[in-house]
Amino acid sequence: MCGIVGLFLKDADLRPELGALTGTMLGVFCDRGPDSAGFAVYGAEIPGHVKFTLRAPKAFDWDRVLRPLVDVGGAPPCATIRDTHAVIAVLVEKEILVRAEIERTAGVDIVGSGRRMELFKEVGRPDRVAARFGLAEMTGSHAIGHTRMATESAVTINGAHPFTTGPDQCLVHNGSLSNHNAVRRELIRNGLAFQTENDTEVAAGYMTWKMREGASLEQALDAMLVDLDGFFTFVVGTESGFGVLRDPIACKPAVMAETDRWVAFGTEYRALVDLPGVENARVWEPEPARVYRWERH
Amino acid sequence: MPTIDLATTPLRELNAALHRRAPDGGEVWRVLNPRGQHAVAAGIDTPVTVEVDGHVGYYCAGMNKQATVVVNGNAGPGVAENMMSGEVRVRGDASQAAGATGCGGLLVIDGNASARCGISMKGIEIVVKGSVGHLSAFMAQAGNLVVLGDAGEALGDSLYEAELYVRGEVKSLGADCIEKALGSEHKAVLVRLLNAAGVGNEIDVNSFRRYGSARKLYHFHMDNIGHY
Repeated sequence: MCGIVGLFLKDADLRPELGALTGTMLGVFCDRGPDSAGFAVYGAEIPGHVKFTLRAPKAFDWDRVLRPLVDVGGAPPCATIRDTHAVIAVLVEKEILVRAEIERTAGVDIVGSGRRMELFKEVGRPDRVAARFGLAEMTGSHAIGHTRMATESAVTINGAHPFTTGPDQCLVHNGSLSNHNAVRRELIRNGLAFQTENDTEVAAGYMTWKMREGASLEQALDAMLVDLDGFFTFVVGTESGFGVLRDPIACKPAVMAETDRWVAFGTEYRALVDLPGVENARVWEPEPARVYRWERH
Repeated sequence: MPTIDLATTPLRELNAALHRRAPDGGEVWRVLNPRGQHAVAAGIDTPVTVEVDGHVGYYCAGMNKQATVVVNGNAGPGVAENMMSGEVRVRGDASQAAGATGCGGLLVIDGNASARCGISMKGIEIVVKGSVGHLSAFMAQAGNLVVLGDAGEALGDSLYEAELYVRGEVKSLGADCIEKALGSEHKAVLVRLLNAAGVGNEIDVNSFRRYGSARKLYHFHMDNIGHY
């Protein structure tokens, strides 16, 4: 089970609606994944800044983390608090210092970072998770999301997707990997750090490692076909793009649709039915073991 | 002609109404706004015709008996799964496992079918005007699969007795599936099925190649006694 969605807007006029459209797609998959949900939204960048998405317990006193950052970051960080998460923007040259300061603060985790990516995930029904974070008001060029039905590990935030291990890079996964422990050890030797025992985090780490070594998104996804074993449909997001990959056996369902205004992915067609102009979209099933990708220009 | 709009009528009401039809049936039903829902027009046992306008989700027309179900759109996984009799026509593409385990009836797909088309088919006849994906007719036991386009990897893997006809390229044959001669009795089957699919006048039956079981996997061979 589990449901994944992705939406890449070609028409900039649709950007104000990105969150609302993504939220509708996610809400359809409450039945495929009622346990937790998460999404990454690629919004506008703030020139010269990097965004951190932070997570803390409910009713957390965000001043505890924001106040010390005034000294470190040189100015009060621009912060948007959304339920248990907060997105702060800090100057690029202060990124390392700010990261160290946040990591020192008890109770706060860094969910993800990048120039444009904001990443939210929580336990609970996907439609309620989306409402808590105010997904409907978010804007941007592309988004990916996941609804989880926990089958092999507990219903915790650690098992919620998307997973990110690098700036502006994240990944959602439907399936299960069988060689993730071996790949994780290899990636750790190559300097990557992992937060969980989850197989999907290894796939995200693998993508980050490949792209850090100079691979394009397409090359990184192609390499996954060789080095990752198991069942997977992946949807990945990067700062400028969006990609889809299915394992060669195509164990997990997938549907794509495209118009001249957008490209969308859904585990099932049901997720796509409210997209504008879908009745005239080209609708197809992505082929197994073939990389699909779109880049923002 | 009853028209059911699934944007306003729950799917269960549609299916329950179709299940209540008298055995002589006969009328034409139109279904609007399926919006990818699962099990649209599943479990019918009456000679009614159901036209569905739009894309459907999993198991559309599953377990069909007697009815004719037409999907004016794409079908999700398992269309006409375990069909017993009747006809199912998909005007667009079909997803995985189209016609899986079908025991009878005719499934016609105007577009492509993806992986595992006709998996474990047991007497259903399937005509795909486009191509089929990998592992099609996996463990197929009886019936005919006719593909006007290409077939993906491992066609007819672990095949029992179904007949497979492919006009285009076969990427690879699965275990125990071999090419066989196309005799006049097979051409007669092709003529019948191509006519039923509405393309009898356009397609030359001599352009097909026939594949079937080598019968080495499912017959016990004395030489293998040591392996048990």
